[in-house]
Amino acid sequence: MSVIYGLWGLIGAALALPASIYLLFPPKLRKREEWTEAAEVAKLAPKTPTELVFRHNRVDGWKITSERTTAWALKVSDTEVIALAPQCTHLGCAYHWDDGKRQFLCPCHTSTFSPEGKVLSGPAPRPLDRYEVRIEQGKLLLGKVVESESAE
Amino acid sequence: MMRIVRHVTGWIEHRTGLETAIRNFLYEEVPASSGWRHIFGSVAMFLFMLQAFTGILLAFNYAPTPGEAYNSLRYIVTEVAGGRLIRNLHHWGASMMIVVVALHMAQVFLFGAYKKPREATWMAGVALLLLTLAYGLTGYLLPWDNRAYWGTVVTVQIASKAPFLGPYLSRLLGGEGAIGVVTFARFYGMHVLLLPPVTTMMIIAHVYLVRKHGIAPAPGDETKPMKKFYPEQVYKDTVAIFAAFVILFAMAVAVHVPLERLADPTDTTYVPRPDWYFLFLFQTLKFFEGPLEIVGSIVLPTLAILALVLVPFLDRGRVRRVTQRYAAFGVVFLALLGWAGLTAAAIATTPKTAAVEIDFSAPTEWLQLSPEEMAGIGYFRKENCSSCHAVGDGGAKIGPDLANTAIRKSAAWMIAHFKRPATLVPGSMMPPIQLSDSQLNALAAFLLKLTPQNASALQAAPTFAVEGALIYQANRCGACHLVNGVGMKVGPPLNGTFRHRNKAWLARHFREPQAMSPGTIMPRYPFTPSDMEKICSYLLSLPD
Ligand code: FES
Repeated sequence: MSVIYGLWGLIGAALALPASIYLLFPPKLRKREEWTEAAEVAKLAPKTPTELVFRHNRVDGWKITSERTTAWALKVSDTEVIALAPQCTHLGCAYHWDDGKRQFLCPCHTSTFSPEGKVLSGPAPRPLDRYEVRIEQGKLLLGKVVESESAE
Repeated sequence: MMRIVRHVTGWIEHRTGLETAIRNFLYEEVPASSGWRHIFGSVAMFLFMLQAFTGILLAFNYAPTPGEAYNSLRYIVTEVAGGRLIRNLHHWGASMMIVVVALHMAQVFLFGAYKKPREATWMAGVALLLLTLAYGLTGYLLPWDNRAYWGTVVTVQIASKAPFLGPYLSRLLGGEGAIGVVTFARFYGMHVLLLPPVTTMMIIAHVYLVRKHGIAPAPGDETKPMKKFYPEQVYKDTVAIFAAFVILFAMAVAVHVPLERLADPTDTTYVPRPDWYFLFLFQTLKFFEGPLEIVGSIVLPTLAILALVLVPFLDRGRVRRVTQRYAAFGVVFLALLGWAGLTAAAIATTPKTAAVEIDFSAPTEWLQLSPEEMAGIGYFRKENCSSCHAVGDGGAKIGPDLANTAIRKSAAWMIAHFKRPATLVPGSMMPPIQLSDSQLNALAAFLLKLTPQNASALQAAPTFAVEGALIYQANRCGACHLVNGVGMKVGPPLNGTFRHRNKAWLARHFREPQAMSPGTIMPRYPFTPSDMEKICSYLLSLPD
């Protein structure tokens, strides 16, 4: 009897739809990402990336957790700083700065990046992601991480 | 295509016998008289599966510890997409399940379907009823709000008073001393780990027994040919399940399930209540005092359960036509009457909550506003500002969006603008606002608080609080008292009043301050009853 199938279909749909929304849709955003002070611009060495460690607040489900994060900051000039997110764009390993070769090296699958984050070699599909950056009264403020466009 | 399907089903049938099993299940023979009255078991089973489904979904976003349960549930109902619907489905599904299980039992009872050889089926059914109630009891604690906490305090206390077993029961429930993490873990463990598999096994046993003995025939069925379970009965079951589902879904959408204040063991004004289906027990307790208390709390319920279990042995008469089972109808009628009477009495005798209920499943940003800003919301509503202005929702209206911080000017500018709109904003079509200076101040103070993020939350401020704040402002209470950091410290600060005062105390204090706190310099405020209600509610809503 098709009525039986029809009614069960309706029940199934009326449950599957809210359930998928519940599981797959993002929750309402509680507050906007805030800007965190990470360093004083004057103290950053020019042209060489510096690893900055700072605390920032992250909305984590029903909590706001304060966690330590890092950024690789490159001072281009006194009014321009690039801040790179600390994960490799390939599979998320932490990369480090190789001072001798003057490039970033990811130990996992040996991707290398320029000081500005451009991919030099290896499997990384796109340049390193950057933090939103603001400079106010000589202080470097970092916002959220913006995913970089894949090159070319 | 058909050939492939047949091939696959054939393979499955050969390896598992699934098709035959389903066929046997569906083509079971049922008596000619079976029909609509037999739907309740299927509906109960459906509701059980639905509870499991929504329960699992809730568990995906719920942290089962007293420290986080409340916040994660608040997160589910206020932030997670569709979270409120899922929670409401689970909440009302529980209530509906109790109703349906009770109806199922009443039907079986009235028709005498528990008679030989179906005694065991009946007893398994009674076990399922108790399991259903156990879900209600354990699930009640999980939101960890005041209602949950205090309701469970009573439950655990009752268990601890049981003769002989008392101390062991309270240790088992983790409620020795006080209710805390251990009790919570036990209740959660029972609710999600112990009860579901036990219930599943019980359902299997129950259904197996139903199938083993067949649906109980009514007198007269012997002569008529048997019917098949499928499609006729399955159709009726499905229609009933669908109807139940529609009602449940509508309730989940339309009937709000509040969330109270976070569980607070120091709250002395809270009046604990169990969920509606336990109210009759709650009321029964009141008839027994002192040493007799356990009669109401333990003895009577135990006897009632025993009587239920033993029904098939108490009634050993021949199977009779349902229309001749006067005694059975009498019993059901009396039980219903007793239940309804006790429940009604419980509702009637509960004091109208002395405390103020704030719904914490809605935004509560308004709790942080100063009385002046709250009063500003009042003027904002009275002057119907939102008929011309959008507030954070970006709707296209004549005036600018007031939550837009870019149009923000100083309070002085706003007040001047309120009085003569066109002088400050040439060409403004806004009519002048006819309010006193202090009222305009309040309005400006509120508008300065608005941001696109908090606009809708602040607009959700409940009427009682807004009107209470208007009275607070009109009587210049802030000249002596402090609220949310605004005001003076001549009198006591008013935040957290709910902790040590109730409405009756406050009202008397307003009328005759000297009688309540001798030597006070507070003047008398003989408010009208409705104003008194509002100001007291507002004061009791102030957070710590
Ligand atoms: S994760 Fe960095 S190269 Fe693979």
